[in-house]
Amino acid sequence: MKKMINKPDDVVEEMLQGIVAAHPEYVKRVDGCDVIVRAGGSQGKVALVSGGGSGHEPAHGGYVGKGMLDAAVAGAMFTSPTPDQVYEAIKACDGGKGVLLVIKNYTGDVMNFEMAADMASDEGIQVEKVVVNDDVAVENSTWTTGRRGIAGTIFVHKIAGACAEEGGDLQAVKAVAEKVIANVRTMGMAIAPCTVPAAGKPSFELGDNEVEIGMGIHGEPGTHREEIRTVSETTDTLLEKIFAEDIYHEGDEVAVMVNGLGGTPLQELYLANLRVSQVLAEKNIKVAKTLVGNYMTSIDMAGYSVSLLKLDDELKKYLAAPADTPAFVQA
Amino acid sequence: MATKIYQCMQKIGEDIIANKDFLTDLDAAIGDADHGINMARGFTEVLQQLPQEEEDISAVLKKTGMVLLSKVGGASGPLYGTAYMKAAGAIAGKKEITLEDAKNMMEAVIGGIKMRGKAERGEKTMLDAIEPAMEALTKGLEAGESIEDCLGHMCEAAKEGVEFTKTIRATKGRASYLGDRSIGHQDPGATSSLITLEAIRTFYLENIK
Repeated sequence: MKKMINKPDDVVEEMLQGIVAAHPEYVKRVDGCDVIVRAGGSQGKVALVSGGGSGHEPAHGGYVGKGMLDAAVAGAMFTSPTPDQVYEAIKACDGGKGVLLVIKNYTGDVMNFEMAADMASDEGIQVEKVVVNDDVAVENSTWTTGRRGIAGTIFVHKIAGACAEEGGDLQAVKAVAEKVIANVRTMGMAIAPCTVPAAGKPSFELGDNEVEIGMGIHGEPGTHREEIRTVSETTDTLLEKIFAEDIYHEGDEVAVMVNGLGGTPLQELYLANLRVSQVLAEKNIKVAKTLVGNYMTSIDMAGYSVSLLKLDDELKKYLAAPADTPAFVQA
Repeated sequence: MATKIYQCMQKIGEDIIANKDFLTDLDAAIGDADHGINMARGFTEVLQQLPQEEEDISAVLKKTGMVLLSKVGGASGPLYGTAYMKAAGAIAGKKEITLEDAKNMMEAVIGGIKMRGKAERGEKTMLDAIEPAMEALTKGLEAGESIEDCLGHMCEAAKEGVEFTKTIRATKGRASYLGDRSIGHQDPGATSSLITLEAIRTFYLENIK
Protein backbone atom coordinates (compact mmCIF):
# COMPACT_ATOMS: atom_id res chain seq x y z
CA MET A 1 0.00 0.00 0.00
CA LYS A 2 1.29 3.44 -0.95
CA LYS A 3 -0.75 6.28 0.49
CA MET A 4 -0.09 9.84 1.62
CA ILE A 5 -1.32 9.35 5.17
CA ASN A 6 0.16 9.52 8.66
CA LYS A 7 -1.39 6.54 10.42
CA PRO A 8 -4.17 4.37 8.96
CA ASP A 9 -6.24 4.70 12.14
CA ASP A 10 -6.00 8.50 12.08
CA VAL A 11 -7.21 9.11 8.53
CA VAL A 12 -10.85 9.95 9.32
CA GLU A 13 -10.02 12.14 12.33
CA GLU A 14 -7.31 14.08 10.49
CA MET A 15 -9.49 14.44 7.40
CA LEU A 16 -12.29 15.98 9.49
CA GLN A 17 -9.84 18.36 11.12
CA GLY A 18 -8.48 19.16 7.66
CA ILE A 19 -11.93 19.96 6.27
CA VAL A 20 -12.64 22.37 9.12
CA ALA A 21 -9.18 23.94 8.77
CA ALA A 22 -9.80 24.48 5.06
CA HIS A 23 -13.37 25.75 5.20
CA PRO A 24 -14.06 27.52 8.51
CA GLU A 25 -16.38 29.93 6.69
CA TYR A 26 -18.64 26.98 5.81
CA VAL A 27 -18.33 24.34 8.49
CA LYS A 28 -17.39 23.51 12.05
CA ARG A 29 -17.01 20.32 14.03
CA VAL A 30 -19.47 19.20 16.71
CA ASP A 31 -17.19 18.86 19.74
CA GLY A 32 -16.08 15.31 20.39
CA CYS A 33 -18.05 13.92 17.44
CA ASP A 34 -17.30 12.91 13.88
CA VAL A 35 -19.92 15.39 12.75
CA ILE A 36 -19.53 18.43 10.48
CA VAL A 37 -22.22 21.13 10.74
CA ARG A 38 -22.79 24.51 9.14
CA ALA A 39 -20.56 27.18 10.64
CA GLY A 40 -23.62 29.25 11.54
CA GLY A 41 -25.23 26.38 13.45
CA SER A 42 -28.93 25.64 13.31
CA GLN A 43 -30.69 27.71 10.64
CA GLY A 44 -34.33 27.86 11.77
CA LYS A 45 -35.43 25.75 8.79
CA VAL A 46 -35.88 22.06 8.10
CA ALA A 47 -32.43 20.54 8.54
CA LEU A 48 -30.88 17.91 6.28
CA VAL A 49 -28.53 15.34 7.79
CA SER A 50 -26.64 12.80 5.75
CA GLY A 51 -23.55 10.73 6.20
CA GLY A 52 -22.14 7.29 5.89
CA GLY A 53 -18.83 5.57 5.90
CA SER A 54 -15.82 7.73 5.07
CA GLY A 55 -13.95 7.26 1.82
CA HIS A 56 -16.52 8.92 -0.46
CA GLU A 57 -15.22 12.47 -0.21
CA PRO A 58 -16.38 15.09 -0.89
CA ALA A 59 -19.48 13.19 0.26
CA HIS A 60 -20.83 14.10 2.64
CA GLY A 61 -18.98 16.81 4.61
CA GLY A 62 -18.23 18.71 1.39
CA TYR A 63 -21.94 19.32 0.87
CA VAL A 64 -22.58 20.99 4.21
CA GLY A 65 -23.52 24.59 3.57
CA LYS A 66 -26.19 26.87 2.18
CA GLY A 67 -28.74 25.11 0.00
CA MET A 68 -27.61 21.55 0.72
CA LEU A 69 -26.85 19.75 4.01
CA ASP A 70 -26.90 21.04 7.56
CA ALA A 71 -24.82 18.21 8.98
CA ALA A 72 -22.76 15.28 7.76
CA VAL A 73 -21.77 12.31 9.91
CA ALA A 74 -18.52 10.55 9.05
CA GLY A 75 -18.25 6.87 9.91
CA ALA A 76 -15.04 4.88 9.87
CA MET A 77 -13.74 4.03 6.41
CA PHE A 78 -16.61 2.44 4.41
CA THR A 79 -18.44 1.81 7.69
CA SER A 80 -21.73 3.36 8.67
CA PRO A 81 -21.53 5.91 11.48
CA THR A 82 -22.91 4.78 14.82
CA PRO A 83 -26.34 5.83 16.19
CA ASP A 84 -24.88 8.09 18.91
CA GLN A 85 -22.99 10.11 16.29
CA VAL A 86 -26.01 10.49 14.00
CA TYR A 87 -28.07 11.50 17.04
CA GLU A 88 -25.55 14.24 17.89
CA ALA A 89 -25.78 15.51 14.30
CA ILE A 90 -29.58 15.64 14.51
CA LYS A 91 -29.46 17.53 17.81
CA ALA A 92 -26.81 19.95 16.55
CA CYS A 93 -28.79 21.17 13.56
CA ASP A 94 -32.44 20.82 14.56
CA GLY A 95 -33.93 24.30 14.54
CA GLY A 96 -37.39 23.20 15.65
CA LYS A 97 -38.69 22.61 12.11
CA GLY A 98 -37.63 18.98 11.96
CA VAL A 99 -34.81 17.01 10.43
CA LEU A 100 -34.67 14.91 7.25
CA LEU A 101 -32.16 12.06 7.21
CA VAL A 102 -30.79 11.27 3.75
CA ILE A 103 -29.60 7.66 3.95
CA LYS A 104 -27.87 5.60 1.28
CA ASN A 105 -29.43 2.15 1.06
CA TYR A 106 -27.05 -0.13 2.92
CA THR A 107 -28.14 -2.43 5.74
CA GLY A 108 -25.78 -0.81 8.25
CA ASP A 109 -26.58 2.79 7.33
CA VAL A 110 -30.32 2.18 7.51
CA MET A 111 -30.07 0.44 10.92
CA ASN A 112 -27.78 3.04 12.50
CA PHE A 113 -29.72 6.04 11.18
CA GLU A 114 -33.05 4.46 12.24
CA MET A 115 -31.74 3.89 15.77
CA ALA A 116 -30.62 7.54 15.89
CA ALA A 117 -34.01 8.68 14.58
CA ASP A 118 -35.70 6.71 17.38
CA MET A 119 -33.42 8.34 19.97
CA ALA A 120 -34.17 11.84 18.60
CA SER A 121 -37.92 11.19 18.35
CA ASP A 122 -37.89 10.16 22.01
CA GLU A 123 -36.58 13.64 22.76
CA GLY A 124 -39.39 15.28 20.82
CA ILE A 125 -37.42 16.11 17.66
CA GLN A 126 -39.37 15.56 14.44
CA VAL A 127 -37.33 13.24 12.24
CA GLU A 128 -38.13 11.86 8.80
CA LYS A 129 -35.92 9.76 6.56
CA VAL A 130 -35.47 8.97 2.91
CA VAL A 131 -33.39 6.09 1.57
CA VAL A 132 -31.58 6.62 -1.72
CA ASN A 133 -31.32 3.55 -3.96
CA ASP A 134 -30.17 4.67 -7.39
CA ASP A 135 -27.70 1.90 -8.35
CA VAL A 136 -29.24 -0.11 -11.18
CA ALA A 137 -26.40 -2.65 -11.10
CA VAL A 138 -28.25 -4.35 -8.26
CA GLU A 139 -31.51 -6.11 -8.75
CA ASN A 140 -34.26 -4.55 -6.66
CA SER A 141 -36.36 -7.40 -5.37
CA THR A 142 -37.70 -8.82 -2.17
CA TRP A 143 -34.80 -11.26 -2.35
CA THR A 144 -32.12 -8.63 -1.90
CA THR A 145 -31.45 -5.70 0.37
CA GLY A 146 -32.46 -3.61 -2.63
CA ARG A 147 -30.55 -1.25 -4.89
CA ARG A 148 -27.57 0.52 -3.34
CA GLY A 149 -27.40 4.26 -2.83
CA ILE A 150 -24.55 5.90 -4.75
CA ALA A 151 -23.85 9.13 -6.68
CA GLY A 152 -27.51 9.99 -7.22
CA THR A 153 -27.55 10.93 -3.53
CA ILE A 154 -25.90 14.25 -4.44
CA PHE A 155 -29.01 15.25 -6.42
CA VAL A 156 -31.10 14.53 -3.30
CA HIS A 157 -28.82 16.77 -1.21
CA LYS A 158 -29.03 19.55 -3.81
CA ILE A 159 -32.74 19.51 -4.51
CA ALA A 160 -34.15 18.71 -1.06
CA GLY A 161 -31.59 21.17 0.36
CA ALA A 162 -32.89 23.93 -1.91
CA CYS A 163 -36.48 23.16 -0.89
CA ALA A 164 -35.54 23.39 2.79
CA GLU A 165 -33.56 26.60 2.22
CA GLU A 166 -36.63 28.14 0.56
CA GLY A 167 -38.67 27.40 3.69
CA GLY A 168 -40.37 24.14 2.72
CA ASP A 169 -41.76 22.22 5.70
CA LEU A 170 -40.54 18.75 6.68
CA GLN A 171 -43.19 16.92 4.65
CA ALA A 172 -42.51 19.07 1.56
CA VAL A 173 -38.75 18.54 1.82
CA LYS A 174 -39.24 14.81 2.26
CA ALA A 175 -41.67 14.66 -0.69
CA VAL A 176 -39.26 16.39 -3.06
CA ALA A 177 -36.43 14.13 -1.87
CA GLU A 178 -38.63 11.10 -2.61
CA LYS A 179 -39.35 12.52 -6.05
CA VAL A 180 -35.63 12.78 -6.79
CA ILE A 181 -35.10 9.20 -5.58
CA ALA A 182 -37.88 7.94 -7.84
CA ASN A 183 -36.36 9.65 -10.87
CA VAL A 184 -32.59 9.17 -10.47
CA ARG A 185 -30.66 6.10 -11.59
CA THR A 186 -26.94 5.43 -11.64
CA MET A 187 -24.64 2.80 -13.08
CA GLY A 188 -20.90 2.63 -12.47
CA MET A 189 -17.83 0.64 -13.39
CA ALA A 190 -14.29 0.17 -12.10
CA ILE A 191 -10.98 -0.34 -13.85
CA ALA A 192 -8.86 -0.54 -10.68
CA PRO A 193 -9.68 -1.36 -7.04
CA CYS A 194 -9.54 0.84 -3.97
CA THR A 195 -7.48 0.21 -0.84
CA VAL A 196 -8.91 0.82 2.63
CA PRO A 197 -5.95 2.18 4.68
CA ALA A 198 -6.52 -0.13 7.68
CA ALA A 199 -6.82 -3.17 5.38
CA GLY A 200 -3.60 -2.25 3.57
CA LYS A 201 -4.41 -4.17 0.41
CA PRO A 202 -6.85 -3.71 -2.48
CA SER A 203 -10.39 -4.80 -1.67
CA PHE A 204 -10.62 -6.85 -4.86
CA GLU A 205 -8.44 -7.77 -7.81
CA LEU A 206 -8.90 -7.10 -11.50
CA GLY A 207 -6.78 -8.54 -14.27
CA ASP A 208 -4.62 -6.26 -16.42
CA ASN A 209 -7.26 -5.93 -19.13
CA GLU A 210 -10.27 -6.55 -16.94
CA VAL A 211 -12.96 -4.14 -15.72
CA GLU A 212 -16.03 -4.68 -13.52
CA ILE A 213 -19.31 -3.29 -14.77
CA GLY A 214 -21.72 -2.22 -12.04
CA MET A 215 -19.08 -2.03 -9.30
CA GLY A 216 -20.37 -0.52 -6.04
CA ILE A 217 -18.67 2.37 -4.23
CA HIS A 218 -17.22 0.08 -1.56
CA GLY A 219 -15.89 -2.43 -4.07
CA GLU A 220 -19.01 -4.56 -3.97
CA PRO A 221 -19.34 -6.74 -7.04
CA GLY A 222 -21.31 -5.47 -10.00
CA THR A 223 -23.10 -7.29 -12.78
CA HIS A 224 -20.08 -8.84 -14.52
CA ARG A 225 -16.44 -8.55 -15.47
CA GLU A 226 -15.30 -8.03 -19.02
CA GLU A 227 -12.28 -7.11 -21.09
CA ILE A 228 -11.66 -3.38 -21.18
CA ARG A 229 -13.27 -1.52 -24.10
CA THR A 230 -13.31 2.13 -25.18
CA VAL A 231 -14.89 4.74 -22.94
CA SER A 232 -17.65 5.29 -25.49
CA GLU A 233 -18.52 1.59 -25.68
CA THR A 234 -18.40 1.27 -21.88
CA THR A 235 -20.55 4.37 -21.42
CA ASP A 236 -23.10 2.87 -23.83
CA THR A 237 -23.24 -0.26 -21.64
CA LEU A 238 -23.83 1.81 -18.49
CA LEU A 239 -26.54 3.86 -20.21
CA GLU A 240 -28.29 0.76 -21.57
CA LYS A 241 -28.79 -0.50 -18.04
CA ILE A 242 -30.10 2.92 -16.94
CA PHE A 243 -32.48 3.17 -19.90
CA ALA A 244 -33.78 -0.33 -19.17
CA GLU A 245 -35.46 1.24 -16.13
CA ASP A 246 -38.10 2.82 -18.41
CA ILE A 247 -37.93 6.22 -16.74
CA TYR A 248 -36.26 8.32 -19.43
CA HIS A 249 -38.07 8.86 -22.72
CA GLU A 250 -37.93 10.98 -25.86
CA GLY A 251 -38.81 14.59 -25.10
CA ASP A 252 -37.83 14.34 -21.42
CA GLU A 253 -35.46 16.71 -19.73
CA VAL A 254 -32.69 15.34 -17.49
CA ALA A 255 -29.74 16.28 -15.35
CA VAL A 256 -26.55 14.28 -15.92
CA MET A 257 -23.77 13.42 -13.50
CA VAL A 258 -20.56 11.78 -14.66
CA ASN A 259 -18.88 10.96 -11.38
CA GLY A 260 -15.27 9.93 -10.84
CA LEU A 261 -14.54 7.30 -8.20
CA GLY A 262 -11.37 8.96 -6.94
CA GLY A 263 -8.64 7.60 -9.19
CA THR A 264 -9.93 8.68 -12.59
CA PRO A 265 -8.49 11.68 -14.45
CA LEU A 266 -10.99 14.45 -15.15
CA GLN A 267 -10.15 14.24 -18.85
CA GLU A 268 -11.53 10.68 -18.94
CA LEU A 269 -14.70 11.83 -17.20
CA TYR A 270 -15.17 14.46 -19.91
CA LEU A 271 -14.73 11.77 -22.55
CA ALA A 272 -17.44 9.72 -20.85
CA ASN A 273 -19.70 12.73 -20.64
CA LEU A 274 -19.20 13.48 -24.33
CA ARG A 275 -20.61 10.05 -25.12
CA VAL A 276 -23.50 10.53 -22.66
CA SER A 277 -24.41 13.83 -24.35
CA GLN A 278 -24.30 12.18 -27.80
CA VAL A 279 -26.54 9.30 -26.74
CA LEU A 280 -29.04 11.63 -25.08
CA ALA A 281 -29.11 13.83 -28.21
CA GLU A 282 -29.79 10.75 -30.35
CA LYS A 283 -32.68 9.83 -28.06
CA ASN A 284 -33.97 13.41 -28.20
CA ILE A 285 -33.61 13.84 -24.43
CA LYS A 286 -32.72 17.36 -23.39
CA VAL A 287 -29.92 17.98 -20.85
CA ALA A 288 -30.78 20.81 -18.44
CA LYS A 289 -27.70 20.45 -16.25
CA THR A 290 -24.45 18.46 -16.39
CA LEU A 291 -22.11 17.73 -13.49
CA VAL A 292 -18.70 16.23 -14.27
CA GLY A 293 -16.25 15.57 -11.43
CA ASN A 294 -15.54 13.65 -8.26
CA TYR A 295 -18.78 13.90 -6.28
CA MET A 296 -19.08 10.47 -4.65
CA THR A 297 -15.76 8.69 -4.63
CA SER A 298 -14.50 5.34 -3.48
CA ILE A 299 -11.13 6.31 -2.00
CA ASP A 300 -8.66 5.65 -4.84
CA MET A 301 -10.80 3.43 -7.05
CA ALA A 302 -10.44 4.12 -10.76
CA GLY A 303 -13.64 4.17 -12.73
CA TYR A 304 -16.77 6.28 -13.02
CA SER A 305 -20.51 6.26 -12.77
CA VAL A 306 -23.21 7.87 -14.88
CA SER A 307 -26.40 9.20 -13.29
CA LEU A 308 -29.53 10.49 -14.96
CA LEU A 309 -32.21 12.45 -13.13
CA LYS A 310 -35.50 13.06 -14.91
CA LEU A 311 -36.64 16.61 -14.23
CA ASP A 312 -39.99 18.31 -13.92
CA ASP A 313 -40.49 22.01 -13.27
CA GLU A 314 -40.16 21.63 -9.50
CA LEU A 315 -36.95 19.56 -9.60
CA LYS A 316 -35.53 21.88 -12.26
CA LYS A 317 -36.19 24.96 -10.13
CA TYR A 318 -34.53 23.48 -7.03
CA LEU A 319 -31.62 22.09 -9.03
CA ALA A 320 -30.96 25.59 -10.42
CA ALA A 321 -31.26 27.28 -6.99
CA PRO A 322 -28.09 28.72 -5.44
CA ALA A 323 -25.87 26.52 -3.29
CA ASP A 324 -22.70 27.40 -1.43
CA THR A 325 -20.77 24.55 0.16
CA PRO A 326 -17.11 23.50 0.16
CA ALA A 327 -17.63 21.07 -2.73
CA PHE A 328 -20.62 22.52 -4.55
CA VAL A 329 -20.92 26.19 -5.41
CA GLN A 330 -23.61 27.54 -7.69
CA ALA A 331 -24.59 31.19 -7.95
CA MET B 1 -9.58 -9.19 41.02
CA ALA B 2 -11.52 -9.43 37.82
CA THR B 3 -14.93 -11.11 37.90
CA LYS B 4 -15.77 -14.22 35.87
CA ILE B 5 -18.12 -12.30 33.59
CA TYR B 6 -15.38 -9.80 32.84
CA GLN B 7 -12.95 -12.65 32.12
CA CYS B 8 -15.50 -14.28 29.86
CA MET B 9 -15.98 -11.05 27.89
CA GLN B 10 -12.20 -10.77 27.76
CA LYS B 11 -11.97 -14.25 26.21
CA ILE B 12 -14.66 -13.38 23.64
CA GLY B 13 -12.92 -10.11 22.83
CA GLU B 14 -9.49 -11.71 22.50
CA ASP B 15 -10.81 -14.41 20.18
CA ILE B 16 -12.66 -11.88 18.01
CA ILE B 17 -9.53 -9.70 17.84
CA ALA B 18 -7.35 -12.74 17.04
CA ASN B 19 -9.67 -13.52 14.12
CA LYS B 20 -9.68 -9.96 12.76
CA ASP B 21 -7.97 -10.81 9.46
CA PHE B 22 -9.89 -14.07 9.01
CA LEU B 23 -13.25 -12.30 9.43
CA THR B 24 -12.17 -9.45 7.18
CA ASP B 25 -11.06 -11.87 4.45
CA LEU B 26 -14.41 -13.70 4.64
CA ASP B 27 -16.14 -10.33 4.30
CA ALA B 28 -13.92 -9.34 1.35
CA ALA B 29 -15.27 -12.31 -0.60
CA ILE B 30 -18.94 -11.36 -0.31
CA GLY B 31 -19.14 -7.98 1.43
CA ASP B 32 -16.99 -4.93 1.98
CA ALA B 33 -13.94 -6.34 3.75
CA ASP B 34 -14.36 -4.70 7.13
CA HIS B 35 -16.14 -7.14 9.46
CA GLY B 36 -12.98 -8.16 11.33
CA ILE B 37 -11.63 -4.59 11.45
CA ASN B 38 -14.90 -3.25 12.87
CA MET B 39 -15.44 -6.04 15.40
CA ALA B 40 -11.83 -5.84 16.57
CA ARG B 41 -12.13 -2.07 17.01
CA GLY B 42 -15.33 -2.56 19.03
CA PHE B 43 -13.95 -5.26 21.33
CA THR B 44 -10.66 -3.42 21.86
CA GLU B 45 -12.78 -0.60 23.24
CA VAL B 46 -14.98 -3.02 25.23
CA LEU B 47 -11.91 -4.47 26.98
CA GLN B 48 -10.71 -0.98 27.85
CA GLN B 49 -14.05 0.29 29.11
CA LEU B 50 -15.45 -2.71 31.02
CA PRO B 51 -14.96 -2.45 34.76
CA GLN B 52 -12.98 -5.57 35.73
CA GLU B 53 -14.48 -5.77 39.21
CA GLU B 54 -18.13 -5.39 38.17
CA GLU B 55 -20.07 -8.42 39.45
CA ASP B 56 -23.46 -7.59 37.99
CA ILE B 57 -23.60 -9.81 34.89
CA SER B 58 -26.36 -7.78 33.32
CA ALA B 59 -24.44 -4.52 33.78
CA VAL B 60 -21.34 -5.96 32.09
CA LEU B 61 -23.34 -7.25 29.14
CA LYS B 62 -25.26 -3.99 28.81
CA LYS B 63 -22.07 -1.97 28.85
CA THR B 64 -20.62 -4.31 26.20
CA GLY B 65 -23.66 -3.71 24.02
CA MET B 66 -23.49 0.06 24.43
CA VAL B 67 -19.78 0.16 23.56
CA LEU B 68 -20.26 -2.06 20.49
CA LEU B 69 -23.17 0.10 19.38
CA SER B 70 -21.08 3.25 19.56
CA LYS B 71 -17.78 1.87 18.24
CA VAL B 72 -18.41 -0.82 15.64
CA GLY B 73 -20.64 0.87 13.06
CA GLY B 74 -21.79 -0.87 9.90
CA ALA B 75 -24.49 -3.48 10.33
CA SER B 76 -22.55 -5.45 12.96
CA GLY B 77 -22.63 -2.57 15.47
CA PRO B 78 -26.41 -2.33 15.82
CA LEU B 79 -26.81 -6.11 15.57
CA TYR B 80 -24.19 -7.16 18.13
CA GLY B 81 -25.00 -4.10 20.26
CA THR B 82 -28.66 -5.13 20.32
CA ALA B 83 -27.70 -8.77 20.97
CA TYR B 84 -25.65 -7.97 24.11
CA MET B 85 -28.24 -5.55 25.43
CA LYS B 86 -31.01 -8.13 24.97
CA ALA B 87 -28.85 -10.73 26.72
CA ALA B 88 -28.35 -8.23 29.55
CA GLY B 89 -32.11 -7.78 29.86
CA ALA B 90 -32.67 -11.54 30.07
CA ILE B 91 -30.19 -12.00 32.92
CA ALA B 92 -31.04 -8.88 34.91
CA GLY B 93 -30.64 -9.29 38.66
CA LYS B 94 -28.89 -12.69 38.49
CA LYS B 95 -25.47 -13.45 39.99
CA GLU B 96 -24.79 -16.54 37.92
CA ILE B 97 -25.92 -18.01 34.62
CA THR B 98 -27.70 -21.38 34.64
CA LEU B 99 -28.40 -23.38 31.47
CA GLU B 100 -32.00 -22.19 31.70
CA ASP B 101 -30.74 -18.59 31.83
CA ALA B 102 -28.43 -19.20 28.89
CA LYS B 103 -31.36 -20.46 26.83
CA ASN B 104 -33.45 -17.41 27.79
CA MET B 105 -30.57 -15.10 26.92
CA MET B 106 -30.11 -16.70 23.51
CA GLU B 107 -33.83 -16.43 22.79
CA ALA B 108 -33.72 -12.74 23.69
CA VAL B 109 -30.64 -12.25 21.51
CA ILE B 110 -32.33 -13.93 18.54
CA GLY B 111 -35.48 -11.85 19.01
CA GLY B 112 -33.39 -8.68 19.11
CA ILE B 113 -31.41 -9.53 15.99
CA LYS B 114 -34.57 -10.42 14.07
CA MET B 115 -36.21 -7.17 15.09
CA ARG B 116 -33.19 -4.96 14.30
CA GLY B 117 -32.06 -6.73 11.14
CA LYS B 118 -35.53 -7.67 9.83
CA ALA B 119 -34.06 -11.06 9.03
CA GLU B 120 -35.01 -14.70 9.48
CA ARG B 121 -32.96 -17.87 9.59
CA GLY B 122 -31.87 -19.09 6.16
CA GLU B 123 -30.84 -15.68 4.81
CA LYS B 124 -27.10 -16.22 5.29
CA THR B 125 -26.71 -14.15 8.45
CA MET B 126 -25.58 -14.59 12.06
CA LEU B 127 -29.00 -16.09 12.79
CA ASP B 128 -27.96 -19.22 10.88
CA ALA B 129 -25.38 -19.89 13.58
CA ILE B 130 -27.19 -18.62 16.68
CA GLU B 131 -30.65 -20.07 16.17
CA PRO B 132 -29.53 -23.71 15.68
CA ALA B 133 -27.14 -23.20 18.60
CA MET B 134 -30.02 -22.09 20.81
CA GLU B 135 -32.08 -25.09 19.71
CA ALA B 136 -29.25 -27.52 20.49
CA LEU B 137 -28.76 -25.94 23.91
CA THR B 138 -32.49 -26.18 24.61
CA LYS B 139 -32.57 -29.83 23.54
CA GLY B 140 -29.64 -30.64 25.81
CA LEU B 141 -31.26 -28.78 28.69
CA GLU B 142 -34.53 -30.69 28.27
CA ALA B 143 -32.65 -34.01 28.05
CA GLY B 144 -30.86 -33.22 31.28
CA GLU B 145 -27.38 -33.11 29.72
CA SER B 146 -24.42 -31.68 31.60
CA ILE B 147 -23.42 -28.06 31.00
CA GLU B 148 -20.32 -29.29 29.20
CA ASP B 149 -22.35 -31.44 26.82
CA CYS B 150 -24.95 -28.71 26.25
CA LEU B 151 -22.26 -26.18 25.36
CA GLY B 152 -20.58 -28.75 23.14
CA HIS B 153 -23.76 -29.44 21.22
CA MET B 154 -24.48 -25.73 21.05
CA CYS B 155 -21.11 -25.09 19.37
CA GLU B 156 -21.48 -28.07 17.04
CA ALA B 157 -24.86 -26.76 15.89
CA ALA B 158 -23.43 -23.27 15.37
CA LYS B 159 -20.58 -24.74 13.34
CA GLU B 160 -23.01 -26.70 11.20
CA GLY B 161 -24.97 -23.47 10.78
CA VAL B 162 -21.88 -21.69 9.52
CA GLU B 163 -21.24 -24.56 7.10
CA PHE B 164 -24.87 -24.29 5.99
CA THR B 165 -24.34 -20.60 5.11
CA LYS B 166 -21.91 -21.77 2.42
CA THR B 167 -24.73 -23.56 0.62
CA ILE B 168 -27.27 -20.74 0.46
CA ARG B 169 -27.51 -17.34 -1.20
CA ALA B 170 -27.63 -14.20 0.88
CA THR B 171 -30.88 -12.27 0.88
CA LYS B 172 -29.97 -9.76 3.59
CA GLY B 173 -27.07 -7.39 3.94
CA ARG B 174 -24.37 -6.46 1.47
CA ALA B 175 -23.79 -10.04 0.34
CA SER B 176 -27.31 -10.09 -1.13
CA TYR B 177 -26.01 -7.95 -4.02
CA LEU B 178 -24.12 -11.00 -5.23
CA GLY B 179 -27.17 -13.18 -5.70
CA ASP B 180 -26.10 -16.73 -6.50
CA ARG B 181 -22.45 -15.65 -6.48
CA SER B 182 -22.65 -15.59 -2.66
CA ILE B 183 -23.11 -19.38 -2.66
CA GLY B 184 -19.92 -21.21 -1.68
CA HIS B 185 -18.81 -18.56 0.80
CA GLN B 186 -19.42 -18.76 4.54
CA ASP B 187 -21.11 -15.80 6.18
CA PRO B 188 -18.74 -13.55 8.17
CA GLY B 189 -21.44 -12.61 10.71
CA ALA B 190 -22.37 -16.24 11.34
CA THR B 191 -18.65 -16.92 11.75
CA SER B 192 -18.10 -14.19 14.36
CA SER B 193 -21.16 -15.56 16.19
CA LEU B 194 -19.59 -19.04 16.17
CA ILE B 195 -16.30 -17.60 17.47
CA THR B 196 -18.26 -15.96 20.30
CA LEU B 197 -20.07 -19.16 21.27
CA GLU B 198 -16.86 -21.20 21.12
CA ALA B 199 -15.12 -18.62 23.32
CA ILE B 200 -17.89 -18.99 25.91
CA ARG B 201 -17.54 -22.79 25.82
CA THR B 202 -13.76 -22.64 26.12
CA PHE B 203 -14.02 -20.18 28.97
CA TYR B 204 -16.41 -22.51 30.80
CA LEU B 205 -14.17 -25.55 30.32
CA GLU B 206 -10.99 -23.74 31.38
CA ASN B 207 -12.22 -21.54 34.19
CA ILE B 208 -15.50 -22.71 35.66
CA LYS B 209 -15.89 -26.45 35.22
